[in-house]
Amino acid sequence: MHGKTAHELHNLLINKKTSSVEITQAVFARIEKAEDKIRAYVTLNKEEALEQARAADRQISRSPDIPISQLTGIPVAVKDNMCTKGILTTCSSKILSNYIPPYDATVVTKLKEAGAVIIGKTNLDEFAMGSSTENSANHVTRNPWNLEAVPGGSSGGSAAAIAAAEAILATGSDTGGSIRQPAAFCGVVGLKPTYGRVSRYGLVAFASSLDQIGPITKDMTDAAIMMNVMAGRDELDSTSVDLPVPDYRKALVNNVKKMRVGLIKELMGQGIDPEVKAAVKKAADTFANLGAEMIEVSLPSFEYAVATYYLIATAEASSNLARFDGVKFGRRSKAAKDILTMYYNTRREGFGPEVKRRIMLGTYALSAGYYDAYYLKALKVRTLIKQDFEKALGACDILISPTAPTIAFKLGEKTADPLSMYLSDIATIPVNLAGLPAISLPCGFSNKLPIGLQIIGRAFAEEIILRAAFTYEQNTDWHKAKPNV
Amino acid sequence: MKYETVIGLETHAQLLTQSKMFCACPTKFGAPPNTNICPICTGQPGSLPVTNKKAVELAIETAIALNCKIEPSSIFARKHYFYPDLPKDYQISQYELPLATKGHLEIEVDGQKKRIGITRVHLEEDAGKLVHVGAALPGRQAGRIMGSEESLVDYNRTGTPLMEIVSEPDLRSPKEAAVYMQTLANLLQYIGVCDARMEEGSLRCDANISIRPVGSKEFGVKTEVKNMNSFKAVDKALLAEEKRHIEVVEEGGRIIQETRFFDDITETTTGMRGKEYAHDYRYFPEPDLVPLEPESEWVAEIRKSLGELPAARKERFVGDLGLQPEIAGLLVASKSTADFLEETVKLYPKATAIANWLVGDIAAFLNENKKSFSQLELTPAQLAEILKLIEDGTLSNKIAKTVLLEVLKTGKQVKDVIAESGLTQISNENELNKIIQEVIKNNPKQVEQFKAGKETVMMFLVGQVMKLSKGRANPALANQLLKKNLAS
Repeated sequence: MHGKTAHELHNLLINKKTSSVEITQAVFARIEKAEDKIRAYVTLNKEEALEQARAADRQISRSPDIPISQLTGIPVAVKDNMCTKGILTTCSSKILSNYIPPYDATVVTKLKEAGAVIIGKTNLDEFAMGSSTENSANHVTRNPWNLEAVPGGSSGGSAAAIAAAEAILATGSDTGGSIRQPAAFCGVVGLKPTYGRVSRYGLVAFASSLDQIGPITKDMTDAAIMMNVMAGRDELDSTSVDLPVPDYRKALVNNVKKMRVGLIKELMGQGIDPEVKAAVKKAADTFANLGAEMIEVSLPSFEYAVATYYLIATAEASSNLARFDGVKFGRRSKAAKDILTMYYNTRREGFGPEVKRRIMLGTYALSAGYYDAYYLKALKVRTLIKQDFEKALGACDILISPTAPTIAFKLGEKTADPLSMYLSDIATIPVNLAGLPAISLPCGFSNKLPIGLQIIGRAFAEEIILRAAFTYEQNTDWHKAKPNV
Repeated sequence: MKYETVIGLETHAQLLTQSKMFCACPTKFGAPPNTNICPICTGQPGSLPVTNKKAVELAIETAIALNCKIEPSSIFARKHYFYPDLPKDYQISQYELPLATKGHLEIEVDGQKKRIGITRVHLEEDAGKLVHVGAALPGRQAGRIMGSEESLVDYNRTGTPLMEIVSEPDLRSPKEAAVYMQTLANLLQYIGVCDARMEEGSLRCDANISIRPVGSKEFGVKTEVKNMNSFKAVDKALLAEEKRHIEVVEEGGRIIQETRFFDDITETTTGMRGKEYAHDYRYFPEPDLVPLEPESEWVAEIRKSLGELPAARKERFVGDLGLQPEIAGLLVASKSTADFLEETVKLYPKATAIANWLVGDIAAFLNENKKSFSQLELTPAQLAEILKLIEDGTLSNKIAKTVLLEVLKTGKQVKDVIAESGLTQISNENELNKIIQEVIKNNPKQVEQFKAGKETVMMFLVGQVMKLSKGRANPALANQLLKKNLAS
């Protein structure tokens, strides 16, 4: 049961072949079995989940007279940087180790309203800052394909939970690749929507102009189902865009004939693992064989993307994380003697080294005398990157590339070298800077670890990338492979 | 040497919105601590601001009234500093691109009109309130955060919409600065965007002041004066600071650029110590909000709805209605008073009489009862009715005042008040004659004096008639009948 997709379970539910309680119990049984090895979760919400499952079953019993949502009764795992009313929300940080939000993030509200069952909160790199989930103050999460490998990050808990069938669906957040890179490392599907497509209200902000919530799922159909529920304008998020939400399932058409597919030259060169390159090249051939028109495109400004990102993201982070000061919520240092030592000690004790590094970088970038040289210049380069994408996506309908330059690396392999860790987001970061939608899906294996294919689309053209990804999925078997946990 | 003083003012006005700048919490003053709060105004992780459209509208109204250019696109920015009353540890404000720029306000000092430039008008959010409990450190003021045993924070005020209005350094004396503040306050009240009470903090200002030798083109070193909590305090604080600047310079010293705190009791300013280092607020564009781009149709609508502004209205009151400039000035200080006058004039054409009642008895009543004009229990029709009754002799001025007071207190109809208390003037000769006979009988000595030619006694006797009639006797008729009676 736990290994099935949401759309498969939905069919069983409406045909009364199973119940939400049964599914939820199966998922918790799976968690019980696998969690020792994987450690995808920070908090389990078993009691409330079963209550939600019973409520879902009551709704299902009245269907089809009263129609139900495709998410009714389906267990969903929520990344632990999205606020859940009454449920611990730690952001995998010591500073929020005791934080119970008084409200639900809009995405959580929408999932609940659709009848989803919230089974728990998944591990992440502290405040979503990292690419391996090793920067978690909670614990390390392991890759279900190889317990010595990282699951990627920062949504490593969600991706590992989906890969290990510890959840049917999961939410992730993506600031520089945090949905797509762990999806690639864990061999699952991860979609980062266009900036503004999904409300950020209740997502604990890392970098506000880059953050976006999206689904992590077992296949493309489930990603479309989750998008149907999560997308849309939210009055509580001024940056969410007022565009109608299409039925993303209708975009799942097995046909890429005449579609113009651009292979990004800069992401097929140096620094990319040869086997990853080969798998992506093969994916390009698959698209060509299916009738797509393959084009090689160049985005010269990519060279500056990582540097630009680490100025903009850290600048915004330094501001967003100011509020964790021990005054109102979260953990306050016991060593506080007065206001200054309260601030200093709370933040010194509460934040991990990567978060501190980024706060310092960002504070520096915004400081008087440096603002123009760093932050302002980064904004200008960001515009160049956007323009490069606009040009490429004028000539192409979608762009493809590896999601990450390598397969999942070993635990501890990059923790001592932040710069090499940063470079594992080289293919995903430019997409956030441009605010575009992109998806990662499995396209092969290397050393028994999954390889991810990234498909990038025009702003608010999620339907096109879903269609391309769905066609690829229907014509390949990579998504059917499951890790042996 | 002769010096010229140069002053510029930064004014913060609390906008009269129902809800806060970036969330739906009420802005009501005086609620129990931390009751008007939500995840947004307490900066809970994950919460996001949403701009209050009404606040934008009020700021645009102000900008139009101050002859500003409304910027087609302005942006919010984050201003960072750590303090417990600031939940996010940054304030959402406007920095590089404000809502409106390049305006002016006309003030009148000693009969001279002067145009004061307005640099900018922008929107921002207020901070919360701290209460420090416990003893102070030796040598430090109690009630400060340093040294207190415990500090409590109330976030009710957090996120209240504030509008900052920055003037050009066009003011040349403390008096001009005080007049500017008063004129600005009147304008804000008049257009209904702020109740503009400096004493209550709904209008606050900081002043930048410097001196330079008369004729010099360059500015002197400025100081920033804070804590001026009334219009009078603006005048006094700047007089004190002006004097200090001159003294320092005359003694061969140099003014240091710093922030100074005005003490209302000693009427001096002191440097604010403890501000050891200059703040770097690390402003950057607020990524959680989209640029503020008011549609030109909307701005045009606001401009239209704003109607006639106080300066123009005052001119019209003087020119068309023949009011004294001073009285016209008092009337246009409040839109509702000016409107009331115009409504009443439609029913009773003598504007001066109406104006006198408005700035006289009615203003006095409101003052005494600490009521605002909007709480007035009197309609223009009622005032016109009373004035007509005076004119046709039904009410004496004195009775009319009593009637007015009763209407102000109870809101009853003028006719009912008069009927219930029998307050009409006695103009019936028989009735009056009876009273007069009584007065003659009771005051034989004065009657003798009158008959002996001491005519001034007449005043006393009329007074007695008024007294006996409880003020209801028609004084002119009483005078006439009294003379008749005494002559017989």
